[in-house]
Amino acid sequence: MEQAFFFYFAIVIAAAAVFVVAVRNPIYSALSLLIMFFHVAGLYVTLHAEFLAAVQIIVYAGAILVLYLFVVMLLNLRRDDRYHRQWPMAAAVGVTLVLEAIVLTAMKGWTAPVVATGTETTVGGAGNAEAIGDVLYSTYLFPFEVASVILLVAMIGAIILAKKDVGGDAPQL
Amino acid sequence: MTIPLSYYLVLSGIVFLTGVVGVLLRRNIIIILLSIELMLNATNINFVAFSQYFHDIAGQVFVFFILTVAAAEVAVGLAIIIALYRAKSTINIDELQLLKW
Repeated sequence: MEQAFFFYFAIVIAAAAVFVVAVRNPIYSALSLLIMFFHVAGLYVTLHAEFLAAVQIIVYAGAILVLYLFVVMLLNLRRDDRYHRQWPMAAAVGVTLVLEAIVLTAMKGWTAPVVATGTETTVGGAGNAEAIGDVLYSTYLFPFEVASVILLVAMIGAIILAKKDVGGDAPQL
Repeated sequence: MTIPLSYYLVLSGIVFLTGVVGVLLRRNIIIILLSIELMLNATNINFVAFSQYFHDIAGQVFVFFILTVAAAEVAVGLAIIIALYRAKSTINIDELQLLKW
């Protein structure tokens, strides 16, 4: 049963990822990415990370993807987007990474099993969000504050960059 | 737990590879940003899978931070795209080779 769920999510995630890159219309790409985000959230639920599944849907599907769709529709793109001329380079990098993945997968039996270390916090169960909050506000308190500063900087930067009269003589849209 | 960890790693590798190929292959800046999102999601799948298998919640905390950085990257990146489109009326990277104009 678990395997059936995993393979369903995995196949849809992989197909949607390929679709994002391969399809020509940017709106179809963004909607395909939406499908992928929902299935990644489902995969998180099978991994007992319920809090992250909710955050994935709220933040990725609710905020980030709406921003993408907004910009795609705002810019009103033409549909003459063809593939890049540097496809030999893309093929070289892709083939290298595929070979590396195959070699690493084939060599899996040679490595010693890794012993679980670190904070012995329980994962999953009823208190998944509680466990994350416990670690987030004690061990990772400083990175948490830094993340809030990053968000503040991004907010100010986005407002300044997208303002209409930057430089005074910018051409009108 | 009946699903081996390597299955998750293979899935994550496939998604990450798709993102890399998309960054190299496409000419539309928005699709390139979407491919970067694919790569970030592949990393997140890895983090959550390892977090579950080692019973260490820290991996899920790092997914949280990656989410924050992704949101910041999208906001600034799309603002840059809008500014570029105002200045050049295109978002095709073949026509955006210069750092000044």
